[in-house]
Amino acid sequence: MLGFVYALSQGGVLAEMAEKNPNVVVVSQDMGPLSPFSDKFPDRFFDVGISEGNLIGVAAGLAHAGKMPFVVGMAPFVSMRSFEQIRTDCSYNRNGIKIIAPCSGLEGGHWGATHHAVEDLALMRMIPGMTVLCPGDPGEGTRAVLAAAEVDGPVYIRFGYIQPIEGYAEEFVIGKAPVLREGSDVAILATGACVTEALKAHDLLKAQGVSARVLNMHSIKPIDREAIEKAGEEIGRIVTVEEHFVNGGLGGAVAEIMAEAGKGRLLRLGLKDEFVMEVAPYPDILKLVGLDAESIAASAKSMVA
Amino acid sequence: MPDPNLMKTLEGRATALRRHLLTMASNGQLIHLGGSMSIADLMAALFFDFLDVEGKKGPKDHFILSKGHCVHTMHACLAELGKIEASEFTKLAQMGSRLAGHPSLKAPLVEFATGSLGHGLSVGIGIAMAEKLNGSRSKTVVLMGDGELQEGSVWEAALCAPKFGLENLLAIVDSNRFQANAPVADILPIEPLEDKWRSFSWNTHVIDGHEMGSILGVLEEFPAKKGPTVIIANTVKGKGVPGVEGTPRAHFTSLEDHEVQEALKGLEVESC
Repeated sequence: MLGFVYALSQGGVLAEMAEKNPNVVVVSQDMGPLSPFSDKFPDRFFDVGISEGNLIGVAAGLAHAGKMPFVVGMAPFVSMRSFEQIRTDCSYNRNGIKIIAPCSGLEGGHWGATHHAVEDLALMRMIPGMTVLCPGDPGEGTRAVLAAAEVDGPVYIRFGYIQPIEGYAEEFVIGKAPVLREGSDVAILATGACVTEALKAHDLLKAQGVSARVLNMHSIKPIDREAIEKAGEEIGRIVTVEEHFVNGGLGGAVAEIMAEAGKGRLLRLGLKDEFVMEVAPYPDILKLVGLDAESIAASAKSMVA
Repeated sequence: MPDPNLMKTLEGRATALRRHLLTMASNGQLIHLGGSMSIADLMAALFFDFLDVEGKKGPKDHFILSKGHCVHTMHACLAELGKIEASEFTKLAQMGSRLAGHPSLKAPLVEFATGSLGHGLSVGIGIAMAEKLNGSRSKTVVLMGDGELQEGSVWEAALCAPKFGLENLLAIVDSNRFQANAPVADILPIEPLEDKWRSFSWNTHVIDGHEMGSILGVLEEFPAKKGPTVIIANTVKGKGVPGVEGTPRAHFTSLEDHEVQEALKGLEVESC
């Protein structure tokens, strides 16, 4: 399901929050309605139109004056076009806005590369004091929104083409990566919608006699350093899977930690320093860039062999 | 009509601010002198009359210096308010100093750190929205430069504010006609300024930004019945420094001793 749908469906949890906390407000950029929040609290719902710089500046001002603004903005545009406002008005000026960003990763595959948010994790995690979350399924998306409200600082939550993971209801702890499958031959560290594909890859590998540990890296920053070091130490073969350029995002973050720890080999799956020029539905794009379950399984197996 | 005694007091404050700025530009210290001098009268009116930045008499008012490079005038206000020592002006931006080249949260009463142009008005909108939601009487003032208006984000914000009413928001444009390298009109013309703001549904005023009576008169008219207000203050870059004012050099410079002496003499004559 589109991240859009899940992002906008956060209107329910935001309305619940707003009932308890009069400071909760929502700032949107021509995205909505965010029912029931926008119906129940019309005076706390600010749609500033298509203007990313202004969107974040306004949210920073609201936070500065004591509000807790949740911003809903398209991932590719809010992460890039208002990067400086996030950095300067929010991080540097200590304003804890919470950004809910749908249309992330390759979700907008059929719309072309203008709508691919494949730099956002790198950009956001570069900013001091930023919390960067990338939930793996819709339930976790809502838990991430709730967790963001507790963070003392700005938060970026990426909503991609996430699917419900059957039976998944792991407690959401920022900075802790849930182990979804245990394994000993290779560790697959996936984030966002890639978690679903990684789980399928786990089953494909199992059928081929390869035991894969699967971690849900829902926190890109702070990242679960301990889990990465443990995988490097115990398994020694790590594959990162993300809808993002392999530079700077999850793969980059894991590479930094592994280089410092000095244990294990790494294979980063994602976009290889070039735009996706094909226009196709999401599942076809995943295949094209090697992020579908079969491709992940094949890549993981290549490390073991 | 503004109170003549108040006018005289504030003119005295503006002179004091300019004296501090001359100290800052002495002994080889390079500062953004021109824009700091051009806002001195406006800042005197804001900090010593119009705004209650400490919330002493009611809700705290907000001030965002969006043209952050002219922080020196704000530092001068802090000295006049007794929040910092004037002796700090001789060690600007040195290791350990709390007085940076742009507004920094390290300095007292600086509520928002700026420096990159075109950010302040959006932030001011957010603050004004929050205060309006709270039912507070608090005012929010955003001071911008005229060159700054070349930033697209200013116009995103200009378009946005009237939608939300925001009678509590006051934007001031220090129209000193110069930007870093040359006259604004040569780099990228921005006129007709008042027409632009009016067409964006703002309440507009154009004043002489060095004439205290005009400044106070227009501030008395705030807030408007409906919507945000902008004051376009026509000023002279480097105002009060003979030979420097109204020249490109005024933007970022230090002053020779004789220039400081001459400017000080001029200020004395003015305050007589």
